[in-house]
Amino acid sequence: MTKAVLTGTLAVAILTAWPRAEQPPPQPPASQPPQPPRPQQPTEIETTISGPAGAPPRLAVPDFIPLSNDAETAAVARTVGQVLWDDLNFEREFLFIPRDVYGTIPKATSFADIPFDRWRELNADGLVVGTVQKIGNGFRVEMKLFNVGTRQAAYSRVYDGTANARLYAHTISDELHKSQRGLNGVARSKLTFDSDRDGERMTGTVQSRNIKEIYISDYDGENQRRVTVGRTLNITPRWSPDGRSIAYTSYRRGGANIFVSNIFQGTLDEVTKGDKAGENWLPAWSPDGTKVAFTSTRDGNPEIYVANRDGSNVRRLTNHPGIDISPTWSPSGTQIAFTSDRSGSPQIYVIGADGLGLSKKTSESYCDKPTWSPPPFNEIAYASRSGPGYDIKVLDLATGQVRQLTFGEGTNESPAFSPNGRHLVFMSTRAGKSQVFTVAKDGKNVRQITKIGNNEKPDWSR
Amino acid sequence: MTDRSMLMVMALAAATTLAACHKKQAPVVRPAPPPAATGAAGATTRPGPPEPVIEPPIVPPEPVRDDAISSASLDDLNKNSPLKPVFFELDSSDLSPVAQKALDENAALLKRYGSWTVTVEGHCDERGTAEYNLALGERRAIAARAYLVSLGIPADRLRTVSYGKEFPFDPGHEEGAWSKNRRAHFVITAK
Repeated sequence: MTKAVLTGTLAVAILTAWPRAEQPPPQPPASQPPQPPRPQQPTEIETTISGPAGAPPRLAVPDFIPLSNDAETAAVARTVGQVLWDDLNFEREFLFIPRDVYGTIPKATSFADIPFDRWRELNADGLVVGTVQKIGNGFRVEMKLFNVGTRQAAYSRVYDGTANARLYAHTISDELHKSQRGLNGVARSKLTFDSDRDGERMTGTVQSRNIKEIYISDYDGENQRRVTVGRTLNITPRWSPDGRSIAYTSYRRGGANIFVSNIFQGTLDEVTKGDKAGENWLPAWSPDGTKVAFTSTRDGNPEIYVANRDGSNVRRLTNHPGIDISPTWSPSGTQIAFTSDRSGSPQIYVIGADGLGLSKKTSESYCDKPTWSPPPFNEIAYASRSGPGYDIKVLDLATGQVRQLTFGEGTNESPAFSPNGRHLVFMSTRAGKSQVFTVAKDGKNVRQITKIGNNEKPDWSR
Repeated sequence: MTDRSMLMVMALAAATTLAACHKKQAPVVRPAPPPAATGAAGATTRPGPPEPVIEPPIVPPEPVRDDAISSASLDDLNKNSPLKPVFFELDSSDLSPVAQKALDENAALLKRYGSWTVTVEGHCDERGTAEYNLALGERRAIAARAYLVSLGIPADRLRTVSYGKEFPFDPGHEEGAWSKNRRAHFVITAK
């Protein structure tokens, strides 16, 4: 009997400790970042489930089934099911049977007693069923996606590990999106932003000035953690392409300089050594992670520079008496978009990474903080002044078309694209203070990520 | 404590008077204002409020009790700073006549207390973006610093830093707050 269980078991990330602050002395590199599970070789043919007449398939994702009666297993089973539902819903590739009707369906206790008929009555095309079993100090999570019509598993996976329940769900979601929809999901991606939530005051000043530190979180706002202890202004964080480091602007040396926190090692690199006059702001990683573009006033005027990530080989890219600021790289690494006020007001420009081929991209009242989408899209999002504040707009570079994502609910600034280019993270004051939000690139599905203090200038990992 | 405060007040008053007197013998060659920011869209510098036409009271300069200011801690000095902030129009780093007057007085004080070193902080209101404001704040700090240098203050006594809109002085969301937040602010860092 070919059991539909997969052979490969995966070590889902072992999260023993989390990124520590980079100060004081570096921690031993004990902690590991969440490792994405290795791709698995399916033992049976996978099929994709489609909805009627090409419509998205309609899925049901009930809570997973705990295979033992202890509270811990039950809690993990519930969390995995619910987080998986949220993760899948985030990409809107499937339609969903609402969770609140699941209670009317008898609960399965294993893969053997699934009430397919009842799910079929609710017009489910696909049904995700999973089990959770305690193994050692971790859990084995097994999941199958059933075609409700044929009652056959279209897709199945088994995961072993000691990670928290949410990471199981995120991993399942990303792999399911890849297999069923050919989509790179973002459930395991992370956000970063600066925050004054701790209410710590800057020392040595007489004004009331809250310091800002760098925070990270899961894409859905869970697991918010502080990763710097600068006790000063630390702002504009940017994830390195490998997700292991964050570059940011820090005033810890008095003026502003570019630092890189290797958050899983607990070490700190200085890109701009602070030995030059002038200030250095707004780092942006090249797509291959070897270089950092930033703005510096080292030669007397805000210009765009590119340096290796260790600070060597600094090259100046722009040369104009106006302000040039806010660099972002094209996905190929051959171009850099930035903001310049050389025309009289801040507008978005693109220049070759070799400093050649300048072109102006916007002619509005005031535009800033361009962010270049990952492929397959070729878009630049930015903040555009409208009324008393800003709104997020997206420029399609091929067609020149501009579409607007926000419409004057508070001010909306500092957009950054998700790794699959289907979402943006940005700062908005629509809920009062400055908070981080995510939005789908069609302007729908706005989600508030932060709630405490002021949280600004977010970035999304690759 | 009260005595000390009194001394401070007296000293400050004296210093201000001195500054005012000093201004009357202002340098013959009026320093040119630093280059205007190119980014000043609509930098039609609105004239500042008219200066009061009241003559400064003629007070015989009392001997300045240097001790009062000199003995004050940096924190006490900065808490009620004798160095006046200068304010800017939206999106602009141009120095208005009112701003220049404040800088004239600051320069007089900096000449009198020749050992002070000062950080000139550039600040912006929330109507610019967080990113662009970092550069605009730098422009404001540099404009104020350049003016002081043109009045003879050694450049190495004045360093600049921009805080963009990260440290608003007034957290409000109306022009009253914004006008306070668009400034070059002076912090005495050594004396």
